Amino acid sequence: MSNIHVSATVNGDAVEFLCEPDESLLDSLRDRLALTGSKEGCGTGDCGACSVVLDGRLVCSCLVLGAEADGRTIETIEGVADGDDLHPLQQKFLDHAALQCGICTPGFLVAAKALLERNPDPDETEIRYWLAGNLCRCTGYDKIVRAVMDAAEEMRQ
Amino acid sequence: MRYLAPASVDEAVSALAAEPGKTGILAGGTDLLVQMKTGLIEPDLIVDIKKINDLNAIRRENGGFRIGAGVSGAQMGEHAELARAWPGVVESVNLIGSTQIQGRATAAGNLCNASPAADSVPALIAASAVASVAGPGGTREIAVEDFIAAPGQSVLEKGEIVVSLFLPSRPEHASDAYERFIPRTEMDIAVVGVGISVDTSAEGEVKNARVGIGAVAPTPLLVNEAADAIVGTKLDEEALERCASAAMAACSPINDKRGTIDFRIKVAGALAKRVAKRAYCRARG
Repeated sequence: MSNIHVSATVNGDAVEFLCEPDESLLDSLRDRLALTGSKEGCGTGDCGACSVVLDGRLVCSCLVLGAEADGRTIETIEGVADGDDLHPLQQKFLDHAALQCGICTPGFLVAAKALLERNPDPDETEIRYWLAGNLCRCTGYDKIVRAVMDAAEEMRQ
Repeated sequence: MRYLAPASVDEAVSALAAEPGKTGILAGGTDLLVQMKTGLIEPDLIVDIKKINDLNAIRRENGGFRIGAGVSGAQMGEHAELARAWPGVVESVNLIGSTQIQGRATAAGNLCNASPAADSVPALIAASAVASVAGPGGTREIAVEDFIAAPGQSVLEKGEIVVSLFLPSRPEHASDAYERFIPRTEMDIAVVGVGISVDTSAEGEVKNARVGIGAVAPTPLLVNEAADAIVGTKLDEEALERCASAAMAACSPINDKRGTIDFRIKVAGALAKRVAKRAYCRARG
């Protein structure tokens, strides 16, 4: 199996890496670029822990090949905070205790950020549907939904 | 395994036709990559069709819509004209999976995966959708109801790819709808799915109808008898009953953990009535 050379933009930085043809973008991010914030929960697109934004679309990076990233733009959880300043969503997840074990949290944050960029004022139903592809086995979702609503309100001001 | 991302349909077809081993066509990847991951298939060559420009767009053609094979469900949902003309097709595609899946999964891929329970297929059948196929022997057009041969198996031959799906133009007072039964509110596979398209006269009489049903037979079906039951009517209760009976008569489902044979047949009838009413209401504005 010969490796494939990929040039992409990740969190605003030009990156290059070599990947195997059947390697997922999730594995490329974690193992080639050392961006280990995106998690593998299921590896089959069911849990959303590996959520990233690919050319403006929220996707599961486990269901994208690393090779497909060539020439494309990717945003991961590592690009959500601005240096040491947390994104409002991150701060509200802390304030509302919207996480316990934390494995699902990067995916929820990336997905919630993508929602608020499209819809700055989602209602609870819209939030729950948008986040239906992100599974959390600890919180029961309520605190996550409240954190997103609270962050949205703060970001609208 | 090799990965290719050709820039043209010809290049994609040549590569697929020339490969002696197993091949996989990568559009959204939401079926293919899962099947690879779980060891269901081990392709020697994957051809990614998303670098072919033409395949990533929805275009108007003869008053209808040509949907490229690389177009995601999210793109379809955001296309206001398409959603207005074919709301049933768009809702059927948008029911598939999560937001993340919608960002990648394609209607053409849902068809090619050839599942009996594919959500978009009954709606596409109802819409008289046609798949444009390119292959080593040239191009051909395949009506969606003729596309799936058996569970997981399409009529595509070696080297052939679906390039686009075509949805025809809509006359006035015409619309469609799709509904499925699942035991949850979201993120599930259809136990029964029904898509219906109606075209009505100014006075409200159904002029033409198409009924597609899914998850109740080895392949999704076009049920002409169910459509005939409502043509010439204003969807009175008796016509709806006949439509439901015809839909139920067409079912040959299996018993599995999602539903029993009896349950699936009963739900197919209930959905046929409900979906016919929704399509009709939309058509009447």
